Amino acid sequence: MTETKEFTCIRCPLGCNVVATLDDGKIVSITGNTCPRGAEYVTNELTDPRRIVTSLVKVTGGERSVVPVKTKTDIPKGKIFECLEELKKVTVSAPVTIGDVVLANVCDTGVDIVATANIE
Amino acid sequence: MQDIIIIGAGVTGCAIARELSRYELDVCVIEKSSDVCEGTSKANSGIVHAGYDAKPGSLKAKLNVRGNEMMEQLSKDLDFPFKRNGSLVLCFDAKDKGQLERLLEQGRQNGVKDLRIITGDEARKIEPELSDEVCFALYAPTGGIVCPFNLTIALAENAAVNGVKFHLDTEVIGVSKENDGYLVKTSKGDFKSRIVVNASGVYAAKIHNLVSDEKINIVPRKGEYCLFDKTVGGLVSSTIFQLPTKYGKGVLVTPTVHGNLLVGPNAVDIDDFEGVNTTAEGLSDILKRGGLSVKQLPTRQIITSFAGLRAHEDKGDFVIGEAKDAPGFFDAAGIESPGLSCAPAIGEYMADMIVEKYPAKRKENFVSKRKGIPSMALASPEEKKKLIEENHLYANVVCRCELVTEGEIVDSIKRPLGATTLDGVKRRTRAGMGRCQAGFCSPKTVEILARELGVDEGEITKNNKGSEFIVGKIKEL
Amino acid sequence: MDKDLVIIGGGPAGLAAAIAAKEAGVSDLLILERDNKLGGILNQCIHNGFGLHTFKEELTGPEYAARFIDKALKLEIPYKLETMVIDISKDGEYKLVSYMNREEGLVVVRAKAVILCMGCRERSRGALNIPGYRPAGIYTAGTAQRYVNIEGRMPGKEVVILGSGDIGLIMARRMTFEGAKVKLVAELMPYSGGLKRNIAQCLNDFDIPLLLSHTVVDIKGKERVEAVVIAKVDENSKPVPGTEEEIKCDTLLLSCGLIPENELSNALGVVMNRVTGGPLVNESLETDIEGVFACGNVLHVHDLVDYVSEESAQAGKKAAEYLKAKEGKCSCSESGNKAEASIKINAVDGVRYTVPSVIRLSRMEDRQTVRFRVGAVYKKAAIQVLAGDKEIMNLKKAALAPGEMEQVILQKSVLEALPDLTEVTIRVKTD
Repeated sequence: MTETKEFTCIRCPLGCNVVATLDDGKIVSITGNTCPRGAEYVTNELTDPRRIVTSLVKVTGGERSVVPVKTKTDIPKGKIFECLEELKKVTVSAPVTIGDVVLANVCDTGVDIVATANIE
Repeated sequence: MQDIIIIGAGVTGCAIARELSRYELDVCVIEKSSDVCEGTSKANSGIVHAGYDAKPGSLKAKLNVRGNEMMEQLSKDLDFPFKRNGSLVLCFDAKDKGQLERLLEQGRQNGVKDLRIITGDEARKIEPELSDEVCFALYAPTGGIVCPFNLTIALAENAAVNGVKFHLDTEVIGVSKENDGYLVKTSKGDFKSRIVVNASGVYAAKIHNLVSDEKINIVPRKGEYCLFDKTVGGLVSSTIFQLPTKYGKGVLVTPTVHGNLLVGPNAVDIDDFEGVNTTAEGLSDILKRGGLSVKQLPTRQIITSFAGLRAHEDKGDFVIGEAKDAPGFFDAAGIESPGLSCAPAIGEYMADMIVEKYPAKRKENFVSKRKGIPSMALASPEEKKKLIEENHLYANVVCRCELVTEGEIVDSIKRPLGATTLDGVKRRTRAGMGRCQAGFCSPKTVEILARELGVDEGEITKNNKGSEFIVGKIKEL
Repeated sequence: MDKDLVIIGGGPAGLAAAIAAKEAGVSDLLILERDNKLGGILNQCIHNGFGLHTFKEELTGPEYAARFIDKALKLEIPYKLETMVIDISKDGEYKLVSYMNREEGLVVVRAKAVILCMGCRERSRGALNIPGYRPAGIYTAGTAQRYVNIEGRMPGKEVVILGSGDIGLIMARRMTFEGAKVKLVAELMPYSGGLKRNIAQCLNDFDIPLLLSHTVVDIKGKERVEAVVIAKVDENSKPVPGTEEEIKCDTLLLSCGLIPENELSNALGVVMNRVTGGPLVNESLETDIEGVFACGNVLHVHDLVDYVSEESAQAGKKAAEYLKAKEGKCSCSESGNKAEASIKINAVDGVRYTVPSVIRLSRMEDRQTVRFRVGAVYKKAAIQVLAGDKEIMNLKKAALAPGEMEQVILQKSVLEALPDLTEVTIRVKTD
């Protein structure tokens, strides 16, 4: 059975409308993407959708009470809220520097949570 | 036992409090809101009427002309902005000129000075942006504009400095006659006093009817307004009224004393005594009718809209004086337009009436003057430098639209009867009154309020309890 | 105090302009920033998606800002924080920039050139004239973003968002991540004002409905927002009676457009573009007042910070050239800018404006980027560029939308080859 699925690629601000044609769940063709990242994105969306998660964690002893963080690379989409729950438990102390690992291997994804701002 | 309890800290209550604070009397003001000037006094046209509107012989007529006369000196004594910008009543149809003449005659009888009727062209010389349809106008050079917040706050602060106690966040739930005076039950306990003054705005009939069998009835009459950016504040320099047109009673177009442009109000009787919501129909109606006065209303420059309630009493005049069947219970009820203009005169009139019947000694140490918060926006470069030398917080701009500094905000919090809410700071300093409507400055103002009041930022409210800005810290929901 | 160049604002525009000016040889320069950090609004934009164009990698806002801040520090560009410019005026050839801060009080700098980088503000509830009560709980999306991402405070728990601008979309996801329930996003127009990818990753990922052609017609709640009423709108954006629906919530976020903050430019008397709300500028991003340049969101509202950086670097470079020219040559040959032959850029047929709006060939770089927005949604259209009557470009576009800034790059060699050229026209061509 053939079906088509539409996606808005989120890999860059162009937001290409990418259409994947599937036959029995297998990708037959991908059209509408401007660059290879679009095909890659759609392939991932169909097999293992992933997202970069950005949020905050609490800081003590700093100029601000929170520091922004992100997953260093994308994590499975299904683990976003689990990851956010883990972040609630984290408190770091100032100073914090961009790139500091505030939580290693979040939810066993193999991905670290890193700080994205400097807090003095 | 107090000597006097004043119910309501609007402009009327505060004006009465200030006048009574001239005497050796133990006076307090009870107010249900978190600040003074939270009801009718905060949402109106900010006009000091010349005094031609009211029927000759009415309290409105008498007190308006007197209030207008008093306002200038009062603005100097208490340091609030007031401007005698003059007013025009427009006539769009030569057939209606008789109505202008009637107003002229009424004004003369009321004692309004320098009133005259001018032609449309003469009016357009004064106000070039006036509509070409205007054929005649009544010109009243004594008309003025005032900041209703600053007027009320100045009166309240000065009363407080002279010993009047203000109980805010305290709602009156009952008033009853006792042997030697009145028992006033409130949300914060019982108060007793010899004399009660009822200045409770739209609630004045409810309070009055608790102690008097001579019932009065007040209907909240809603008026909606649109406020425009200061960039178009100069569209007109006078206050522009209209004779009633085929679209109904006219709405006004006026500069505010701070340099914005204000258009409104309509008049809709409602049931809800707290019904200060604006409506799509109301706003479009005032813009349509206000737009008749000028060539074009710059509606893209609207920065906010609001509604206020007038306390309209059935008989149409103010109800001021001691209730016949309740000695010691004084009303200042039905204070609708021109109530703001009249406020200083109502204060004087009420205080005279009270001390005539219940004699009191004048204070020797009455402080008649009050200094407002210095405004960096209005200060000259030299004055700015001086203010900053005295307090470096005056160099830290918090509200960029209105150029309000941390120094002014801290001052507004620390002074007598200081601000405890975001709206309180706004009305005292204008932080958040500008074109971004507090988008940029509110987080900073919340922070300063929390710091100065020694509370958590989460406790800071917009105005009354329940209007908190923040619902919690992140990661804690 | 005298300065060659004063840059007003230390956000992405100011930083990029300052760095470019310094690299082009301006050493006597100063950035004036009103916040307590450089980086501007990027500091609160903690989401990723910045920098693909500039750094070929996806950064968060603070990371993107840090790249520029680090560079500015390395170049030893002087800056002042918590410093508000309160006035700019002309003094002969100089500009007097008055600023205030706690350390120095009120200071006037006499500058040879100024770059305006003040950014923009959000359209408020008042400007939208939404009827109803005026309780706590109504925030512009950016103010809410500041509360959450900088102060670590939650402005509400049950949220309705009006307007589908990017900040609103980003805040829908942000509030969701912090445990709030985002009930819906209502958009007045029949299309979104934000980037498509933000609809995908901020709304669709979390099943947040986007209601196009809807608006908020009433706000309920006397102290705190208790509900909003939404309604469908017709093709004239007027609410359709009978379509009202009350949505319980404690918070209304507004993401209904950005307005360049040009109060200082207006006070200085800069001629403005009515469409963008920013100054009219030439190829050097110079306003009609000589030596006053503008870039970033104060000039016109951008979607992508990468383009702000690129544009601002050009302004910095051109300001440096201007200063060099003033220094090097006799002023008489340089001050007659306005008399110079110039090409006007017409924005017509769906193109709402262009930045720049005029090009002086003598000052033009080999390649000149012209940025613009269209006024409606177009499918399968083209951007056509005419030099006089002659088509010099025809760029096929699968889709064009007001929410996405477009650009064309004009080649100096092409324009030079056309004698007596006075006008270039940019238009949307549909079939």
